[in-house]
Amino acid sequence: MLGQEAIATKGWFGAHRWLILRRLSQLTVLALFLSGPWFGVWLAKGNLASSVFLDVLPLTDPYLFIQSLAAGFIPASSALIGAAIVVVFYALIGGRVFCAWVCPVNVITDLAAWMRRQLGIKSGRVPDGNSRYWILGGSLLAAALSGSLIWEWVNPVSIVQRSLIFGLSGSLIVVFAVFAYDLLIASRGWCGHLCPMGAFYGLLGQTALWRVTAAKRSACNDCMDCFTVCPEPQVIRPALKKVGQESPLILDRDCTACGRCVDVCGKQVFNFTHRFDQRSDS
Amino acid sequence: MTSETKPNSTAKPQGNTGALPSVARRKFLNGIAAAAGTGCLLNLGAFMVSRPASANPAQALRPPGALEESAFLSACVRCGLCARGCPYDTLKLAPAGGPVAPGTPMFTAREVPCEMCDDIPCIKACPTAALKHEMTDINEARMGLAVLSDHESCLNFLGLRCDVCYRVCPVIDKAITLENVHNQRSDRHAMLLPTVHSEHCTGCGKCEKSCVLPVAAIKVMPIKLAQGKLPAHYRKGWEEKEKHGSSLIGEQIQMPVRGMEEKAFGDSRLNEAGKVAPAKGALNSGWKP
Repeated sequence: MLGQEAIATKGWFGAHRWLILRRLSQLTVLALFLSGPWFGVWLAKGNLASSVFLDVLPLTDPYLFIQSLAAGFIPASSALIGAAIVVVFYALIGGRVFCAWVCPVNVITDLAAWMRRQLGIKSGRVPDGNSRYWILGGSLLAAALSGSLIWEWVNPVSIVQRSLIFGLSGSLIVVFAVFAYDLLIASRGWCGHLCPMGAFYGLLGQTALWRVTAAKRSACNDCMDCFTVCPEPQVIRPALKKVGQESPLILDRDCTACGRCVDVCGKQVFNFTHRFDQRSDS
Repeated sequence: MTSETKPNSTAKPQGNTGALPSVARRKFLNGIAAAAGTGCLLNLGAFMVSRPASANPAQALRPPGALEESAFLSACVRCGLCARGCPYDTLKLAPAGGPVAPGTPMFTAREVPCEMCDDIPCIKACPTAALKHEMTDINEARMGLAVLSDHESCLNFLGLRCDVCYRVCPVIDKAITLENVHNQRSDRHAMLLPTVHSEHCTGCGKCEKSCVLPVAAIKVMPIKLAQGKLPAHYRKGWEEKEKHGSSLIGEQIQMPVRGMEEKAFGDSRLNEAGKVAPAKGALNSGWKP
């Protein structure tokens, strides 16, 4: 079973530490928005598309912002400031940190991936990993051609987070579609291959500071647990096996910094560090 | 174990400056084609789903100050801050799968109409200016246009005095007036017909909300849906006359209408042969059941 050795050496909590922290982070984000409508304590208003934190700090999703620009509209300064703050944050911390630590769709696709493993489903057809960039480009082109935010009609990320925060029905079909696609058709299909929002944040955080390192890579016993659990398995090999790079850092923009590799490794090969930490034992 | 000691099966070919091997090239091109295909397909799907929005759905009543619908759909990021700013819970975000772009703010007048706050908090909350920040007078809002769509069940059209839509109108006597018209059925009463004037109607929906009928006879619709338009070259003779100060085609001879001589203005009953017309100004109107 996956991560058996890690559980034996670190205990269950030790072997799920980053997973638990991530779920807490995702819940906290939703709780910030829901404390207002549920308990009358307004911490964050709006939703992940654009929000105001504590009535002062504006935050705007830069992907929505550039879709709006592509559609031919120049949003007001408050949205511009909000988008700039978000861009700076993710460019520093890690673009796809959004995917693993904030986005609620991650919970759905993680569940689908977990069930796929448990049920031993190997069937299906995985789309090319570059599809997401084409969809990203296509969504901007569609906005430019139509003068309207076309992608937002179907964007599961927007629909799911908004529905959770505003209590809208009608998003269950979207949740189910993404779940079924990831479970039955393509392993890690949505987040790992198609989602243009993930592609956008990935491009945004290419040079971000917070990184996973395979610093103790000489201890690797090739158990493959990290490859099995990783939502973007292609990012591990260059750092772990020195393919095309000497650095032990996982530098691929697709890495979501979810920390599952850190969790499941019984040899404690992986850890979180910063971009300039080149220490490695081999 | 380092990469040098590993079998070289997965290592990339070195010195890859010339043409790619044909298998690798085919794989590469296939990958690009598949990715491009997926990208196009998904966006085309999104485009098809979004088509109904261009049909101008009747449910799309927007918050005050909203840009014209097509511009609004490029400007609104669906964040719901306007809805959070609304103290009356009027604004709702459109659900996914409906005719209105999902996540965009709208209101249903029959459920909760707009209370037309003086400080317009929804506009202030909008981060992108999809709701025009320069609009500061709520009376300038054009969220939609009220239409008295059902003349058959409107109580005032039946000759009764309901007047509720007129009474509740925040722009009373401008946006809705009661027009005094002769009641042809009873022949002795007036009908006071609620009449909407697009020049002043903000589309707040209070009339639709308070219509006493089980289904409202007056409804607020998006302006594009509700309003007609005269051809650009049309001129109204009476307006031109007033502007000019006199008739543009010279004074016209006013001929008497036969059978209507000696009638008070507005009394359209014909003189019947052998019957004496009531004296001018008399209380007896000559009406018999």
